[in-house]
Amino acid sequence: MREMLRLFIAVVVFSCLSGGVLAAIQNVTKERIEYQQLKFVKGPTIKNIMEGCSNDPLIDRLSILDEAREMHLFIGEFEGKRNTVAFETFGKGFGGVMGVIVGVNLENDEIIGVGVTTHSETPGVGSKAKTDPDFAAQFKGLSILDPFKVKTDGGQIDALSGATISSRGVCGAVVEAGEIYKRLKPTIIEKMKEKQG
Amino acid sequence: MAKTAVQEFTKGLWAEIPPFRLVLGLCPILAVTKTVENGIGMGIATTFVLICSNILISLLRNVIPKKVRIACFIVVIATFVTVVELIMQAFAYPLFLKLGIFIPLIVVNCIVLGRAEAFAAKNGVVASLADGLGIGLGYTLSLTALAIVREVLGNGTFYDIPVFGPTFEPFSFMVQAPGAFVCLGLMLCIMNMLGKK
Repeated sequence: MREMLRLFIAVVVFSCLSGGVLAAIQNVTKERIEYQQLKFVKGPTIKNIMEGCSNDPLIDRLSILDEAREMHLFIGEFEGKRNTVAFETFGKGFGGVMGVIVGVNLENDEIIGVGVTTHSETPGVGSKAKTDPDFAAQFKGLSILDPFKVKTDGGQIDALSGATISSRGVCGAVVEAGEIYKRLKPTIIEKMKEKQG
Repeated sequence: MAKTAVQEFTKGLWAEIPPFRLVLGLCPILAVTKTVENGIGMGIATTFVLICSNILISLLRNVIPKKVRIACFIVVIATFVTVVELIMQAFAYPLFLKLGIFIPLIVVNCIVLGRAEAFAAKNGVVASLADGLGIGLGYTLSLTALAIVREVLGNGTFYDIPVFGPTFEPFSFMVQAPGAFVCLGLMLCIMNMLGKK
């Protein structure tokens, strides 16, 4: 019986020590891991949208709770003014969920750029939503509060040839971004002031 | 202790080089050696775990009760593997994405548990450190050797640098799973021929 207890205690002590060490290390590396994930998954798209900004939007970011979902907003600084945010929304494409990052100018609600992050569209057809710069460029300069639709649905966006559903997915994500933006704009401006001050 | 630390170190590099002489740790060696970068990354991760677990188990060899030693060894090894996983996510995220599931699987790598049971549990700290370093380095060398053959023939590149010029038609069989078996088999064959006296 005492032997059993000894073995039991040995394993418990080992496991507890190991758990403690791991918790400590996870605490230390947590922030960096989050940054790395943002950098390699969303980073390239954000860099593309925020071309010419003078800060690092990946570090300069806000977290705001939107209807129980945590939104990461990346802030871009242009000509000394922190007037741009970019954030990710999701649309339904042909092969599943598409992640779309939309960059918006806070002063005039204009879209400065749109980019697809993760998707599972058909390579060479729907995947052009990510790779074809002409498609994404159509959103540039329009107001984010507009209803976005592809031309076949009576809207203003030229769909990618053969990939109407993927194009709809991107439009849907941008429309969703508009709704989120409408909801969050006051909070965003408030939080940005807080951060600066 | 009849042998010196130097001898413990060098035996891992030739006489007991893990995949070719002990024929252990074959799962990762077949799976991750598509490119030299992956091979080296995996080798370093395994070496780190091997050295740390060898040192700790050697230090604790008189504390760990014999009957639950395997459970304790696995706890120690799993802890270090998780540490490696976290560090890799924080500092080498692209490599982490490529190696994926094979990092957590170091826990069940026979080499690590094998060295803990066969060596570290019976020898002093210095000898265990030398043993871990030697075996780890030997494992890294084997992974790299196999990866060089496979990447150069299968992809025409070395560490992502083209070596044959644009006219080279890659022998893509080598980077597929059957190519890994054939390549490993031939290497074992060569090692056995060289080892014969």
